Amino acid sequence: MSRHQYIRNLDYGDAVDEYEGYSEEEDELSPEDRALMNQGTADVQAALGVEVSKVTVAQIEEALWHYYYDVDKSVAYLISKFVNPRPKATKSAVQPPNADTAGPKTAAAQPKKKGTASTDAATTGMEGLKINDAPLPKSRNLDVLSELEKSKPKKSASFVVVGHVDAGKSTMMGRLLFDLKVVDQRTVEKLQREARTEGKGSFGLAWVLDQRPEERSRGITMDIATRRFETEHTAFTILDAPGHAEYIYNMIAGASQADFAILVIDASVDAFESGLKGQTKEHSLLIRSMGVSRIIVAINKLDTVAWSQERFSEIKDQMAGFLSTANFQHKNMAFVPVSGLNGDNLVQRSSDLAASWYTGPTLVEELENSEPSARALAKPLRMTVFEVYRTMQSPVTVSGRIEAGSVQMGDALLVQPSGQKAYVKSILANEAAVDWAVAGQNVVLHLSHIDPIHVRDGDIICDPAKPVPKADTFKLKALAFDILMPMPVEVHRGRLNQAGKIEAIPALLDKATGAVVKKNPKIIKPGMVARIVVKLESQVPLEAGQRVVLRSGGQTVAAGLLE
Amino acid sequence: MRFASKKQTIEGIDEDAGISLLIVEPEDMWHANNLIANGDVVHAPAFRKVTMTTATGSKVVKNVRTNLSIQVKSTFFDPLASELKVSGTVANENDWVSVGQHHTLTLKYEKADIKFTIWKSEGWDSVAKQSLKEALSEDRPEAIAAVVMQEGLANICLITEFRTIVKQRIDSPIPKKRSTAKESSGVMSSFYDKTLASLRNNIDFSIPRTLLLASPGFSADDFRAYMQSEASRTGDKGLQKIAREAVVVKSTSGHVHSLNEVLKSTQAKKIVQNAKFATESNLMDQFYDRLRKDDGRAWYGTKPVEKAVVEGAVGRGGGVLFVNNGFFRSMDVATRKRYVGLVDKVKDDGGEVRLLSSDDESGKRLESLGGIAAILTYPILDLDEDDEEEEIAADPNDGDMII
Repeated sequence: MSRHQYIRNLDYGDAVDEYEGYSEEEDELSPEDRALMNQGTADVQAALGVEVSKVTVAQIEEALWHYYYDVDKSVAYLISKFVNPRPKATKSAVQPPNADTAGPKTAAAQPKKKGTASTDAATTGMEGLKINDAPLPKSRNLDVLSELEKSKPKKSASFVVVGHVDAGKSTMMGRLLFDLKVVDQRTVEKLQREARTEGKGSFGLAWVLDQRPEERSRGITMDIATRRFETEHTAFTILDAPGHAEYIYNMIAGASQADFAILVIDASVDAFESGLKGQTKEHSLLIRSMGVSRIIVAINKLDTVAWSQERFSEIKDQMAGFLSTANFQHKNMAFVPVSGLNGDNLVQRSSDLAASWYTGPTLVEELENSEPSARALAKPLRMTVFEVYRTMQSPVTVSGRIEAGSVQMGDALLVQPSGQKAYVKSILANEAAVDWAVAGQNVVLHLSHIDPIHVRDGDIICDPAKPVPKADTFKLKALAFDILMPMPVEVHRGRLNQAGKIEAIPALLDKATGAVVKKNPKIIKPGMVARIVVKLESQVPLEAGQRVVLRSGGQTVAAGLLE
Repeated sequence: MRFASKKQTIEGIDEDAGISLLIVEPEDMWHANNLIANGDVVHAPAFRKVTMTTATGSKVVKNVRTNLSIQVKSTFFDPLASELKVSGTVANENDWVSVGQHHTLTLKYEKADIKFTIWKSEGWDSVAKQSLKEALSEDRPEAIAAVVMQEGLANICLITEFRTIVKQRIDSPIPKKRSTAKESSGVMSSFYDKTLASLRNNIDFSIPRTLLLASPGFSADDFRAYMQSEASRTGDKGLQKIAREAVVVKSTSGHVHSLNEVLKSTQAKKIVQNAKFATESNLMDQFYDRLRKDDGRAWYGTKPVEKAVVEGAVGRGGGVLFVNNGFFRSMDVATRKRYVGLVDKVKDDGGEVRLLSSDDESGKRLESLGGIAAILTYPILDLDEDDEEEEIAADPNDGDMII
């Protein structure tokens, strides 16, 4: 793919003064390209206005082809070349895209070095770009928003799976993937066999998601696992979070990417009660403060209590009460009795007679009923880097969720806080190559023209024209979960995890109106809302409207919204 | 640090003759930094570049070793190299320099004991004497090495009695699990490799030293296992011993400020005989607990604390005043006197005074409170009464919250 691109670029850099075989090139155009070409030609002609007579259709097409259908650039080029020709000196620097019709075969035979050099000369001359030794990725300059409207893609949504340790989050998701035939019988059997040999019989399904050797040997999830599946209407991304308090920073990273959440609760005797004191509570508070408002409570392991309806109602009532104090609205809660291990009420309804009292939707149906939150499509691009790794396509491959705006192949991007520019070589969404992607999608970008040391987890990729500012001190409105005073804290925003301190507490605010209740309070008690100033150890990309979580001593002490 | 003369005592300071001290270990430079304030005169060996004109008129530049007295204008302490740079103007002229010329002295530990002399511009007040006492104390516990880590982040620290030095921070992104990349374990071991290499580069294990490994989750255990396997792979007896004796402690994060909880953990307490740290950390915890309860006995910030001290509320029976020792170094004379006055008042009232350095963890906590705090003997509730107290009764409405 990239090799092919390279050759194309070489092609047009070379000034082969041959006009013959022009028709050949036309033949090479695919139907889409042809359509774009015709559209572009009309646009250029319109843009040129009265000057159109000085330029032939063939010249316009060459220009368009050279600039990948960028009408503005083509017009600029045509004007400088044919309408108002510049003196010779400039022209020699600016290599015109003379009908290079020899096709890829000749170009491939050209020495590489020469080809690149002249491409650069052309770009430098025309656009004043800095010289690179690799050609810039091709951009098709699509209007992504109108493309989006045209294509009407499947809804895409991501959800995070949270809950107390050993509630059965990974097992349930493993089962879900198996029932949806995303994972085949053979794989599951193999994993179950492996699990049995390690003496962890019931963990086979969880191993579908827990892939690290440490996770398997310890029987716990340590990091977020991402898997995709599709239903009839929606493409879902699962973010399976770890339950252990020690890995909560990974859970926060996952929750920051989610549209909604599945809270898994262990219904077996005493497990629910201990979970409520533990991570069930902390996770619910966290996901709410990260901006997730829709929650599906999967009451798991009901098979161990013989599908007791009383147990279900008891847990449901307690949880509904608790969740509403955590600011979830009743209409955004759903409760499903399930068995993650056996797959009851996940995809198929339970076949167990004891469970026949439940007639509501299954977990997957509930997921489909959930409407993903509104996307900020028209805003400038923001994407938090979830992870950076090396692939065959690019040494700097980043994955993450586009939080706002859109991105397309060939786009120039800015990586904050390093402030380095990069270009999008290609985009993967749902494991398939695409030309563009929009807010709400989890994507993989292959970047070029950037060194791996400038990109790390938690960075923000943004639009170079409207970059996200970076700062080490920021003010936020925070909801206290614990007592707040000037003290050291860890600041979590998505993948980002930074040490810092609460430097000042300028005001205590009214919970509902946001009016200042008291200036410079000494401490903030749990449940109160205050404006606080946090100073970090180093500069990070921060923007008003972002949500952060403050933790201290292994406890979540506050969640806040940047001002 | 030691007195240069055996006859010298802390009580019998001759203000005119100054105090001569010997630098006997690198840690002394940190104490010297606390002792030397702006305006003091310091006499110490120095190197000075001197240009000389010979009889024939040619110029020769020579590095001359001489002793200089300078009036201090500023000091800079390099914690990693344990070097103190003292800048100021020359106070006594000699063959090479004249009065008023600028010079920067570099004080550091060398093989031979270096002698330097301090004359205090404002005399030796109680705070200065306390710093001197700390500097002269002889039974120092050996510094502890600690690695505070989480996946992809490791801080290599050296904890001495008075300060925590972060020798190196290793930050390497770890690709998270994904079905396509199987390289995670390889990356983890290269991270451990980097951490181990820099641990051995930065910390001298030739003298017996405790090593604490702290992390949330299993990173510390895994790192220890990695050290052991490296030791048996390379047949490195020294490393084997380090790994065997390393103590693994749970922390809640891999950031340096987690050291606080690490040093308070029961495992660490058994081996870390750091009385100063323990008491200071306990007192700070006490302070934070009182602040949490909001019982009017814990206050921070200059104004409320000053009021409390003037009222005599920080005195016998649990009164503690915490002051960041940096306050006494960089402030002008009048402000310094004010704080020294507070310290003396508390001491007269029978209260306890703790001068914490912002180089250790308790001091960092104090620093975030504005550098000064106090636990009062009896509650006073309105020390910040210049704030308009217009508490509106919070009505429990069920509207959406602002955040």
